[in-house]
Amino acid sequence: MPALPLDEAGKYVAGAYVVFLTLVVVYVAILGAKIARIEREVSALVAEEDET
Amino acid sequence: MYSKGFVPLAIATVVTLATAMGLVFFYAPLDADQGFVQKIFYVHVPMAIVSLCGFVAGGVMAIKHLRSGDSSWDMRSYVAIHISIILGVGVLATGAIWAKASWGHWWVWDEPVLVSFLVVVLLYCVYYPLRFSIEDRERQARYSSVFAIAAGAFVPLNFAAVRMAEAYTHPRVLSQTGGSMPGEMRLTFLISLLAMALLFVTLWKLELTSKHASMQLKRLKRKLAEREVVTT
Repeated sequence: MPALPLDEAGKYVAGAYVVFLTLVVVYVAILGAKIARIEREVSALVAEEDET
Repeated sequence: MYSKGFVPLAIATVVTLATAMGLVFFYAPLDADQGFVQKIFYVHVPMAIVSLCGFVAGGVMAIKHLRSGDSSWDMRSYVAIHISIILGVGVLATGAIWAKASWGHWWVWDEPVLVSFLVVVLLYCVYYPLRFSIEDRERQARYSSVFAIAAGAFVPLNFAAVRMAEAYTHPRVLSQTGGSMPGEMRLTFLISLLAMALLFVTLWKLELTSKHASMQLKRLKRKLAEREVVTT
């Protein structure tokens, strides 16, 4: 099969790399949100303990 | 506990990934047969290799869990399988894009490499309902480990079966003799593979750190609640 011309092949290559980067970014964002929630809960617990 | 050495690892991952991307687009020559589309190879194949190795690693960690009874090995196994499934989804998506560009179809059902990888990913999708349908933590960890070992043993068998089958249509760039890749392509591929492996380990450590912190927080909350009950 002959190689696709660059203008046509470029969108497939870009698509593949965008899929990979999106997966990584979404995964890290979800983990970041989880860690931020843990941090908030720890701060709330510390504040609660300081009050008592 | 799990965050030890995380920052240098994350920096090494980012640097290696950036180097790999630079090599892919500015150093590796265009493939004589497929042209620019072959650049997908440098993300698709390393992701597939790391994903399959992650499944096997999950099985090995599950063996450690069953042998030692240490629940942290179950958590390590779970996180390894979890990240491998995410990478597996990426492999299927990038593979479909490559198939469309090379063969004109998003999916080819008579291609053993594609279908066998789909079978592996679907097999591991069973892991979640199996794990989370069991409430008792000890039983959950034990059953999940047994599944991880059985499925982990299936992965290399599946790979060997596909290699033994004749596949004429799938791009076969790697072989036992090193394939027909020129030096620049091979170097780019190896750096991409290293970057993907480092990314896997970084994400694995990050999720383990998050899970460990979450469990510690729950334990702390339970202790504080118990203390409140005793004092009132």
